[in-house]
Amino acid sequence: MSISVEASGDLAPEEQKRLKADLSRSLRRNKIRASLLVAPLVIFIIVTFVAPIGNMLWRSVDNPLVRDFMPQTTLALESWDEQELPDEAIYAALAQDIIEGRKAKTIGKAAKRLNYEKGGMRSLVMGTARKHKKIEAPYKESLIKIKKGWGDIENWRVIKRLGSSFTASYYIAAFDMETSPEGDVSFVDEKEQIYLKLFWRTVWMSLLITAMTVLLGYPVSYLLASMPLKTANVLMILVLLPFWTSLLVRTSSWIAMLQAQGILNDLLVWLGIIADEARVQMIYNAIGTVVAMTHILLPFMILPLYSVMKTVPPSYLRAARSLGATPWTAFWQVYLPQTVPGISAGAILVFILSIGYYITPALVGGQSGQFIGNLIAYHMQGSLNWGLAAALGVMLLVLVLGIYGVYNRIVGVNNVKLG
Amino acid sequence: MAIPTYAGPLERAWYYIFRIFCVAVFIFLIAPILVIVPLSFNAEPYFSFTQGMLTLDPGAYSLRWYEEFLTSDRWLDSIKNSVIIAFFSTILSAALGTLAALGLSRSELPFKGVIMGLLISPMIVPLIIAAAGMFFFYSSLGISQSYVGLILAHTALGTPFVVITVTATLSNFDHTLIKAGASLGATPTYTFFKVTMPLIMTGVISGALFAMMTSFDEVIVAIFIAGVEQRTIPLQMWSGIREQISPTILAVATILITFSVIMLTTVEILRRRSDRIRGIS
Repeated sequence: MSISVEASGDLAPEEQKRLKADLSRSLRRNKIRASLLVAPLVIFIIVTFVAPIGNMLWRSVDNPLVRDFMPQTTLALESWDEQELPDEAIYAALAQDIIEGRKAKTIGKAAKRLNYEKGGMRSLVMGTARKHKKIEAPYKESLIKIKKGWGDIENWRVIKRLGSSFTASYYIAAFDMETSPEGDVSFVDEKEQIYLKLFWRTVWMSLLITAMTVLLGYPVSYLLASMPLKTANVLMILVLLPFWTSLLVRTSSWIAMLQAQGILNDLLVWLGIIADEARVQMIYNAIGTVVAMTHILLPFMILPLYSVMKTVPPSYLRAARSLGATPWTAFWQVYLPQTVPGISAGAILVFILSIGYYITPALVGGQSGQFIGNLIAYHMQGSLNWGLAAALGVMLLVLVLGIYGVYNRIVGVNNVKLG
Repeated sequence: MAIPTYAGPLERAWYYIFRIFCVAVFIFLIAPILVIVPLSFNAEPYFSFTQGMLTLDPGAYSLRWYEEFLTSDRWLDSIKNSVIIAFFSTILSAALGTLAALGLSRSELPFKGVIMGLLISPMIVPLIIAAAGMFFFYSSLGISQSYVGLILAHTALGTPFVVITVTATLSNFDHTLIKAGASLGATPTYTFFKVTMPLIMTGVISGALFAMMTSFDEVIVAIFIAGVEQRTIPLQMWSGIREQISPTILAVATILITFSVIMLTTVEILRRRSDRIRGIS
């Protein structure tokens, strides 16, 4: 590559053109090189991490069972106006679906899905399938004769609603709402609400845990930041050791500390503060969750706070004092405002981590200390209502990403520090 | 922070209250970890101190839980599984993460913010969501209940740490060094291994240690996608705490605490070395 650079104005037009082309080519090459370095990890994360989450998103609205296993009915119902009972053609389609579905042993899956939406649908469909020999033309009369439910317009509305490829029904359930027979969506009775309550409790308890970490973490970070570096480094071990210790180890040590026959109760009894019979129940309830999680998340508050406080010159406080400020005014008006970035960074980090917790609440939370994560796990592994688990997961994800967006605005991903 | 000589009585009182409060927080931080250690030598199957332990009666202490741990096939298998999975996922995350960090540190990279956000996302997204998604997706690929599935999942969770630590090391990296290498006739590959690599090595290693800890401590994804064959240490602890709570858990915990002390020391040494090399302190 020979570029003769003389005084720029003297370059011949074609020389200038070539120079420009060379420059942009070299820029493009650098761009490609940088992209190639990043590409393997980007592809890896998309395949192993983003795709699974996308799959879950899909699952929360996907509704294949009725559409796939009662195809003719679904198709025929598309033109039905929901005002009065369907006509003979639709009944004929239903008869076909039930007879064929019974042979292929698939009708049960559709029936189960219908039953999620309205109790009794399963026995209606399965009962009809059992008496398939009696189904004959004219189908409308014959089907209603076999099962009276086929003469009920509500049941047809349910089938039509669930026949669409996508459903909002999991989200409706996850928001503690129900669909009325007329298709209107409304909240269920407040006493029967589960998920919204649990979401609120998760948010509320996470806020409490965040507040606790600020309360405990701020003075300690201040102490560490105002100490000589050597002493601070030694005391820092007390913060870093829990940080590096396995989550399960810390959770099980809290069981040993807090349980009725545990160390704290033993200590209180020994000190004579409480009677042996009146041991305090500090675990397997909300207290256990809050205490253990505050302990687990406290380092995530102290570390960013400490690094911000390190940058505040101590001379500012002294200057404020020498100008006549009381210690409180000096702290409140001079020191605290400068540490706000640290507080917000730590608080948002703790809050994000806390809201998605599952293990600790499951082990020490009992009934009252459960988080939304525990219910997602329950629907994944216990009730096997995967659609609902996916919908709850997506709601939690949206919440977390929203807060993360705020975090990013305030702190910036590039400023995340470890250790 | 010493108390200033001009402080009044109120300020003095406040100063001592503040100190006592801080000591209390330090105790809160460290006590739960320290009590585990003596409890794991308990001769009785309890989670609390017996009378004998408090009077330092040697008979009240024993190594029976360690013996149980080291002679149980389930625990030994879980160690093997954890080591295998952590080993491969650490190497994979270190390699992928370092490459990506090298790309991210170049100013020419387009869409940097979006890419960084994407690469950090495994750290932000609640694990229960990731685990549920992986359960569906990995099953459909046929890699759930396999080492491959668990290694891939743990690699994804570990890479953000490598990306962050290596990017941090590279942010102070003097790029003229590469040009100097090139001007002296070195090939880019040669410059990379002789100049770049030694300088970012501390970042790579501490990132890899974070990734290793992540894999070693990870339980939620393991609950969802590990089969019986892939039971890891955390998974074994999880079911141990839920089913029959025995002090074997405490023996394992003590071993893990020793392990984290070693890790902490290593990372600390690395950090100091890296600061020294870059001339910060």
